[in-house]
Amino acid sequence: MSRFIEPTADDIRNQKLYAEMGLTDAEYDKVIDILGRQPNYTEIGIFSVMWSEHCSYKHSKPFLKQFPTSGERVLMGPGEGAGVVDIGDNQAVVFKVESHNHPSAVEPYQGAATGVGGIIRDIVSIGARPIGLLNSLRFGELTEANNRRLLRGVVSGIGGYGNCIGIPTVSGEVEFDPSYDGNPLVNAMCVGVMDQGKVQKGTAKGVGNKVIYVGLKTGRDGIHGATFASEELSDESESKRPSVQIGDPFTGKKLMEATLAAIDQPELVGIQDMGAAGLTSSSSEMAAKGEAGMNLYLDQVPVREEGISPYEMMLSETQERMLLVVEDGTEQKFLDMFEDFELDAAVIGEVTDSDRLKLYYEEELYADIPVQPLSDEAPVYILEGRKPELDEKAYDYSKKDLNKVFDQLIEHPTHGAKNYIYEQYDNQVGSNTVRKSGFGSGVVRVEGTDKAIAMAIDGKSRYVYADPYNGGKEVVAQVFRSIISTGAVPLAMTDCLNYGSPENPEIYNQLEESTKGMAEACRALETPVVSGNVSLYNENRTASILPTPVIGMVGLIEDVNFMEGISIEAGDAVYLVGETEKSFAGSQIEKLLDNEVSKAVRNIDLELEYSRGMTLRGMLEGGDIKKISPVGRGGIAVKLAQLASFHGLGLDAEIELDGEDLFAENASRYIVTAKPGQDIKDAVEIGRLTEDGFRIKTRDVTIERDLAEVAGAWEGAIPKCMTSVD
Amino acid sequence: MKFAVIQFPGSNCDRDLLNAALKVGAEAEFVDYRTTSLEDFDGVLIPGGFSFGDYLRSGAMAGVAPVTKAIKEAADAGKPVLGICNGFQILTEVGLLPGALIFNDQHTFISRDESLKVVNNETAFTRGYGQGEDVVYPVAHGEGHYYCDDETYDRLAANNQIVLTYNENPNGSRNDIAGIVNEKGNVLGMMPHPERALETLLGSDDGLKLFREMTKWEANHV
Repeated sequence: MSRFIEPTADDIRNQKLYAEMGLTDAEYDKVIDILGRQPNYTEIGIFSVMWSEHCSYKHSKPFLKQFPTSGERVLMGPGEGAGVVDIGDNQAVVFKVESHNHPSAVEPYQGAATGVGGIIRDIVSIGARPIGLLNSLRFGELTEANNRRLLRGVVSGIGGYGNCIGIPTVSGEVEFDPSYDGNPLVNAMCVGVMDQGKVQKGTAKGVGNKVIYVGLKTGRDGIHGATFASEELSDESESKRPSVQIGDPFTGKKLMEATLAAIDQPELVGIQDMGAAGLTSSSSEMAAKGEAGMNLYLDQVPVREEGISPYEMMLSETQERMLLVVEDGTEQKFLDMFEDFELDAAVIGEVTDSDRLKLYYEEELYADIPVQPLSDEAPVYILEGRKPELDEKAYDYSKKDLNKVFDQLIEHPTHGAKNYIYEQYDNQVGSNTVRKSGFGSGVVRVEGTDKAIAMAIDGKSRYVYADPYNGGKEVVAQVFRSIISTGAVPLAMTDCLNYGSPENPEIYNQLEESTKGMAEACRALETPVVSGNVSLYNENRTASILPTPVIGMVGLIEDVNFMEGISIEAGDAVYLVGETEKSFAGSQIEKLLDNEVSKAVRNIDLELEYSRGMTLRGMLEGGDIKKISPVGRGGIAVKLAQLASFHGLGLDAEIELDGEDLFAENASRYIVTAKPGQDIKDAVEIGRLTEDGFRIKTRDVTIERDLAEVAGAWEGAIPKCMTSVD
Repeated sequence: MKFAVIQFPGSNCDRDLLNAALKVGAEAEFVDYRTTSLEDFDGVLIPGGFSFGDYLRSGAMAGVAPVTKAIKEAADAGKPVLGICNGFQILTEVGLLPGALIFNDQHTFISRDESLKVVNNETAFTRGYGQGEDVVYPVAHGEGHYYCDDETYDRLAANNQIVLTYNENPNGSRNDIAGIVNEKGNVLGMMPHPERALETLLGSDDGLKLFREMTKWEANHV
């Protein structure tokens, strides 16, 4: 007689209880095949989370396979907690991006905070000390009170966790677009550095070796979080608030230090973070990687309250927990160490040679599942995509009031200053932050060396919607541009694929085409994918989000001291690098004036992208130019306004283009600042930085403003929306 | 000079502060919060960040930690004690400095480079600065609004205990106060982070003088 009252195996079948957990009839039948009998309640719960999109990538696996994952410097690609890349001197950089979209939609503070906590643990479990955090955020327009609420909550949640644990948040990006109404995107990235010899894997090996649980006591929070993350948001989502986990950065900090200390012990066999699907995914994945079995004695798990059943325990997503496998006989050494860190820890199981995951509670068997099929035989769905019709649209903004367009764009929160956000994040803790949020990528020095890691994150969803294939290329290229703009050599990247429901053929096509484009760009730009995450079913009550692949990239600066003393000042010349084309599909002027995204081809030449980027990078490092700013959202006009406002300098520029071209958003262009008369390939000198005033003259339109007017609009873009008390 | 850098559970500017002391040629060691004596050290550095998560009130838990008694003994013995950010919060919590740090007026965390004024260069900490010298140190805090009653303020002003003020008050602190010393002049608390201002590459090296002066404590302090 079980001590927990749970549905029986027959109840599960007859009442289709598996459907509530997100499994289909066919998937349920497959579970029966694997087990050779009907699953009980604990077992079906385990299958449902392991086979959720979040854990199994069942709709996205075929696309992820296209990505190049190896390279000269790649030490460990996807498959573990995070990717590992060589940065010389026997050191490595470790990084990954992950989404926390659904939790943030229903509980913004905790959703965002635990997103940060989770990605930090992924990095730490590899053995790296985190040196930088980044985030990519999407919200609906701030004219809506709910979006302001979400922005406030998400930003304070990111800060609340990152500031407390003491890792600087050094870069990020945000876009406000109606497509994210009610379905914000919160993607968090963490970058760490480690000695190459210490790289850990999440593996369980060696019969008799002990399984140790360390961290927060398990509670009932976050049960079925992974399943929740794999559904469309609906009116009922609010009732899923209990599926949102609660962050505890203080315990997270102690756990981080304790984990890094444990990793220094030779008796450690394997370690994995208990993230999505908690104890279930960590134990079964470790056993699968070690080609072993595992017995867990769940009555030994530290719990927050009495009466938590094996089902709840296995599905709980209580934060700040790690699972370790240590050599038999050394468990006390680890338990003593964790006690010194004032963390709960217990031996909860052992590695077996049975190839099965067996869960006991007070000697009663609650689950008996073969390890390999649980992870390897997760269903994979290959669906039919449908290519959308291309719009036959001719753009002509030449008759529009382009001065007004300029004013409206620079005061829009997407293009305005982001101080409101990044000043809530500690960006210098650790005292190695060379470049922080504000204008351009983050740069963090590797402590005790002259090396530095450049890190950037970006996602241009309107381009992907307009032209999924070329838009996918552009997303990678855009981040590449951000990295070379620091003078760094791009090393590798991580991706987070945020899309709507893959069961919609048009969205499936977006996934198919955009990942193909991204894979091509990764090859051409020599930035393999070393880690990643997928978030599908991002739909609100009426529509799907724009397809939003977000790319995180890191680059290496061999000697960061070249940045010392570079000052941008009046008299510096401003150059435009690259040809401007009348490319408006997915642009911000199109959003503003047409209120839609046309499906039209966007061109990008990846070979040119690479050579131009690497040439400019070298010139910056060599001191020939002072600053590189890639042209992105809002085109040249917005970039020049941002440049002037950020440095508090005026601008006087004349450009041989039509007025509307100022807002074109074609690829591979930069604004470069250098001394006058500098020879830069494919560049024209368009003007000078000045003490005051802001003027851009084109063939037919002149934008002329006081600098204070431009800077004021730029600085006030977000604060002016956030002053009202909601 | 040999400094103790106190480590509370959750302290996160501890390495920065240790590195700062080492950079100016002092000796420095981490000291666990369970330690009960600091007799082997010539000075005490209490780092910023969060102690015990500060879920209750900044510095509240640290204020009752075993090492606190030893910090008080060091202060009584006239050794230099510097508390930065959370360290300042702890110093006010345990009564080594008057007043309290409360939530920033805007109720959000604030992190940026801050322009400050050294308004008292007669302490043994600040002797290296000119009177009224402007310096840039980063700030990063959620509870940095310095609060005290009128009587306390008058006493601080009369005794010349206000050492550092904000040029553009970021948090609502009374009379722009960013840092104060005790009456004896050997305990300094400040919200800004001089240990993050040691290299122009990172934005400012205005904090160097502070740490350099601390290494000359015997000669400086009268």
